[in-house]
Amino acid sequence: MPLEATQRAFAGALLDPEAPVPTGVVDPEGRPAPKRFAVYRNNVTVSLIEALATAFPVVEKIVGAEFFAAMAREFVRAHPPTSPLLMFYGEAFPAFLAAFEPVKHLAYLPDMATLEQLRRRAYHARDAEPLGPEFLAAVPPETLGTLRVTLHPAAHILQSNHPILSIWEWNNAASSDQQTALPEGGEHVLITRPELDVELRRLPVGGAHFLEALQSGAALGEAAAAGAAAEGFDLTTNITGLIESRVVTDFTVDGAA
Amino acid sequence: MSNKVAATSSLAIAAAVAAALTTATVTTTPAQAAGKEKCYGVSLAGQNDCAAGPGTTCAGTSTVDYQGNAWTLVPAGTCASMDLPAGTDGSKRAGSLEALKRDLPS
Repeated sequence: MPLEATQRAFAGALLDPEAPVPTGVVDPEGRPAPKRFAVYRNNVTVSLIEALATAFPVVEKIVGAEFFAAMAREFVRAHPPTSPLLMFYGEAFPAFLAAFEPVKHLAYLPDMATLEQLRRRAYHARDAEPLGPEFLAAVPPETLGTLRVTLHPAAHILQSNHPILSIWEWNNAASSDQQTALPEGGEHVLITRPELDVELRRLPVGGAHFLEALQSGAALGEAAAAGAAAEGFDLTTNITGLIESRVVTDFTVDGAA
Repeated sequence: MSNKVAATSSLAIAAAVAAALTTATVTTTPAQAAGKEKCYGVSLAGQNDCAAGPGTTCAGTSTVDYQGNAWTLVPAGTCASMDLPAGTDGSKRAGSLEALKRDLPS
């Protein structure tokens, strides 16, 4: 068998317990070694399940370890890693959860997986030095509308129809008296990492649209208009958030404004 | 957009920025970074942070558990005292603030 076909058969059999032992897997006497292969196959699957449990601790906490392990096994078989970087394994997990019948009643679960995935993305993103508030003070006020900013490489925005950050905080509360009633309605979250620790911030009304516009290169005036599409948008609150989250790493202004 | 509208909105933006600058409280915490240290030789295979050194190119690529030249962030002060399983030869392992020679990928 050509090498490529051998490798494909071996890889395929790893994630399919019904598949026959690949040819060429033999013991020291040259006999087929199904038990050895089974041990290896089990280790591959279990290590991937454990990687998912490490990556999605709140999802695991919500559904329970036993359920999570069984569900993760299904995921691992359907979505084997496509990259050797285990730290990002699970990109497809939110979509998998959205379609996974047994967790249909937990409507917020896919968004929770997305939040946890974005926390990993932010954690492993490139470092960048945030600008202090003085950069805004230094821009001539009449040119502020043309200000364009570069957001931190770790910055991600999640818009959820569920109080996703409150649920996350509830599950990470150190004690039960910190577990207050969850708010009604959805929450939009900024995930970023100004220094070494990932920070999660609840965005004000219109804040997600405002930040996404800035992130895609819109000027401050345009981003303000994008945010204002949401009823109750307050520009001062949003700019305050922009400063306090230390999410801006660079900026430009048009001289001719 | 007419000039008048543009002028108004740029005025509004300037006012909003001015107000934001007075209300924003930025908690720069270099202490956060100072409270962490690079700790070598404690991360599990595939779970090291970036810059693992020769033999590994980037984060998540260390191939040996407790690889000596792979580091991960740990709270300051816990690195050297962190308990690790003993090495395959039975020798006691401990974290180190310097890259280690042990457990390198062959």
